[in-house]
Amino acid sequence: MSMRFVKRGEISKKQQIITSIIAVILALAASGIFLLALKLNPIEVYGEMIKGALGNKISFRQTVVEAIPLAITGLGIAVAFKMNYSNIGGEGQIIMGAFGAALIALKLPNLSQSLMLMMMFLSGIFFASLWALIPGFLKIKWKVSEAITTLMMNYIALKFVAYLQYGPWRDKSALGFPKIASFGKNALLPKLFNINIGWLIAIILSIIVYIFLNKTKKGFEISVIGKGESTAKYAGINIKRTMLQTIVISGVICGITGVVQAAGVSETLSVEVSGGVGYTAIIIACLAKHNPYMIGVISFLFATLVQGGTYIQTIYSVPDSVALIIQAMILFFVLGSEIFTNYKVVIRNSSFNKKETSVIEEVA
Amino acid sequence: MNTKGIKVKNITKVFGKVIANKNVNFEVKPGEIHCLLGENGAGKSTLMSILSGVYTPDNGSIFVDGKKVNFNSPRDSIKHGIGMVYQHFKLVESMTALQNILLGNNKGIFSRIKEKEREIKEIIDKYGFDVDLNKLVHNMSVGEKENLEILKVVYRGARVLVLDEPTAVFTPQETDRLFSVMRKMKEDGCAIIFITHKLDEVMKVADRITILRKGETVATINKDKANPQILTELMVGRKVNLSIKAIKSKLGKEILKVENLKVKDSEGVEAVKGISFSIKAGEVLGIAGITGSGQKELCEAIAGITPIESGKIIFENKDITNIDSTKYFKENIKLSYIPEDRLGMGLVGDMGIADNLLLKNYKKQKGLFINKKSCKDEANFIIKEFNVKTAGVEYPIKYMSGGNIQKILLGRELNSNPKLIVMAYPVRGLDISTCYAIYDVILKEKQKGSAILFIGEDLDVLMAISDRIMVMYSGEITGITEAEKVTREGIGLMMMGRKDIGEEYVNEVC
Repeated sequence: MSMRFVKRGEISKKQQIITSIIAVILALAASGIFLLALKLNPIEVYGEMIKGALGNKISFRQTVVEAIPLAITGLGIAVAFKMNYSNIGGEGQIIMGAFGAALIALKLPNLSQSLMLMMMFLSGIFFASLWALIPGFLKIKWKVSEAITTLMMNYIALKFVAYLQYGPWRDKSALGFPKIASFGKNALLPKLFNINIGWLIAIILSIIVYIFLNKTKKGFEISVIGKGESTAKYAGINIKRTMLQTIVISGVICGITGVVQAAGVSETLSVEVSGGVGYTAIIIACLAKHNPYMIGVISFLFATLVQGGTYIQTIYSVPDSVALIIQAMILFFVLGSEIFTNYKVVIRNSSFNKKETSVIEEVA
Repeated sequence: MNTKGIKVKNITKVFGKVIANKNVNFEVKPGEIHCLLGENGAGKSTLMSILSGVYTPDNGSIFVDGKKVNFNSPRDSIKHGIGMVYQHFKLVESMTALQNILLGNNKGIFSRIKEKEREIKEIIDKYGFDVDLNKLVHNMSVGEKENLEILKVVYRGARVLVLDEPTAVFTPQETDRLFSVMRKMKEDGCAIIFITHKLDEVMKVADRITILRKGETVATINKDKANPQILTELMVGRKVNLSIKAIKSKLGKEILKVENLKVKDSEGVEAVKGISFSIKAGEVLGIAGITGSGQKELCEAIAGITPIESGKIIFENKDITNIDSTKYFKENIKLSYIPEDRLGMGLVGDMGIADNLLLKNYKKQKGLFINKKSCKDEANFIIKEFNVKTAGVEYPIKYMSGGNIQKILLGRELNSNPKLIVMAYPVRGLDISTCYAIYDVILKEKQKGSAILFIGEDLDVLMAISDRIMVMYSGEITGITEAEKVTREGIGLMMMGRKDIGEEYVNEVC
């Protein structure tokens, strides 16, 4: 018997969704075995996870708060990835967005709330796009790999904020605790349905990004560049300018996350402001195949997983690695299932002199 | 009955949904040149890969000298005296011919190079190979490399030679030399399987011809019973009109003028070394030349994709030297470019027809937003006009056949009413009927008064379609002449770098 992968043609949306659902079920089954080994009832654990994430108003709100930064950053990442530009620098751009917000909130503390928030967003967007622009410039000018430079810019941003936190911006009234002073009330995001209005920003941005990518000339140019620069050149697209614009847009959106997180969640600037969102958002953008609406949905599911995971830690008093393993398992299966949307498995009996020497599907 | 030679019986090979070979029967005897003829995708290469042990058939058997054999790897096939010469050379560029031949061929402790060299030289003299053993491979022409590949397998003891489309990029002279080697080998009792789709070559060199169509053997016939018309019909499955009706149309004003143009390739090496020419409205200028003589860089410079080192490009009396493709629309430069690389440059494979039309048209639309409606209408028009087979205007074109993809590209470009059309190998890899449909389109455009720059491979076609032919060699022009006033051989000489071809190659018909 022999088994091999054969590339398949087009696959319908329905098949894709079914494949993803099967992947999640398999992931839950696989983590179930792991939970059984820990002498836990998997069904019960999964039930508790859902309860912990969506069971009551408070936990639901908390899940939404978790989902907001993932969704906004996911949009920013998707814009860049659509152009085949690997912006791994979401993390740094979020931090610099938060820094920009903090700069206004701390240094000009007496503005009225509306003016204050407007200034904070502008300042955050400015610093975040600057952070995105540096690797973008290096890429366009000297073809420096953005995957590396954007990643390195993350560390610079992180260390810069750490320096502020432990150095010049350290709050002297915090009893020696290394933190930056909290923002004043006028620098906090207003709430709607008891959740910071970041969720509204995320929804509005999803719609804008969707229209931008699918209905505008610029969006079309971005996807052509993403498919291949020689086609873009052929079509007469100004590649350098479009790339630079797109990189800035990506940075701006990531920067908005930073402002929302600083002004809506942590209420100050700290090294934890991004908390790995910039990396998780990459996975989300890829899973959503750069579709802005799907990014929102997947961000919410992801937040559910994270919230549920936190909840079972306290309920069953298990280490956080248990929750992490379940998360990783689901990701592994869902990402792994991608291969089945592109390839199918063919199993054949080799009764007759048959030895597969090549799996390359080549007919010449 | 003579059982010598190689016979394949009822060979079937399936890849996924595609049946590459279905009950193929075929035999070749010692002292015979057997042509394997078929269009792209007819299953020629699959059959040869089975014969050389790269693929194992799903069904059917192979006999060598009457005995059934199983090939599990190329090694088995070589052991039985089958030597495969692939279309893409498998030579080490930085080694000499001799080193390439001896590579991986050292048995015993001592290399005995001198002795082996003598053996190789004997083979060279015997068959008249065009190989200099001490020449580095990267200094060799395609023809020399092909000779070296054949010499290599013959030295390793091949008595059955498989040549996979060797003449695709040859000059006429190189082809003739190869044929003379083939004939000598045949006289010596070797069997030769010659894969091609060029009918005139088949008629010149074959003893028997087997035709494959859609994976099946259609017929095996003797050369004396064949002619190009019969062969084409067998190959395509229906009658095809093989004539190109070249019409002299009245030449208009000068559309394109290139002066002393120099262009560097992507590696920074000068690929176009100061060339000058012009094209008038209603004229087809054909460019002949070995692949890589600067044709691609010339086209891309004219299309504004590659920057120019020095020189001038003038389009309808307007200097466009410093205008790149991003500004062509704004400057109203009506130029269409059909690049060699259809899916990598001209079209986006992941997008449907409508979005691909948008690629050329979106700049025409006003405002920030794009309107796909008009493109869908145009897509439906092109589908009808050019007879494109597709599942819909949104269906990703990468799943379509090469012919249909090329029709979309041509349809889009011609629909924009260009003044100048630059075409690089527009029929490469397409089936015969599509080729002739495209030649027709080119001639129609010419009649409409477009200027056409046509880069082709098939010299006969090039000569029939073009008004003038320009030959490029290593980035320079070796000659520009009226198509009727030169012979194929004359063009062949220019393709190899000769600038002054003798009187004998000048056609005095007109």
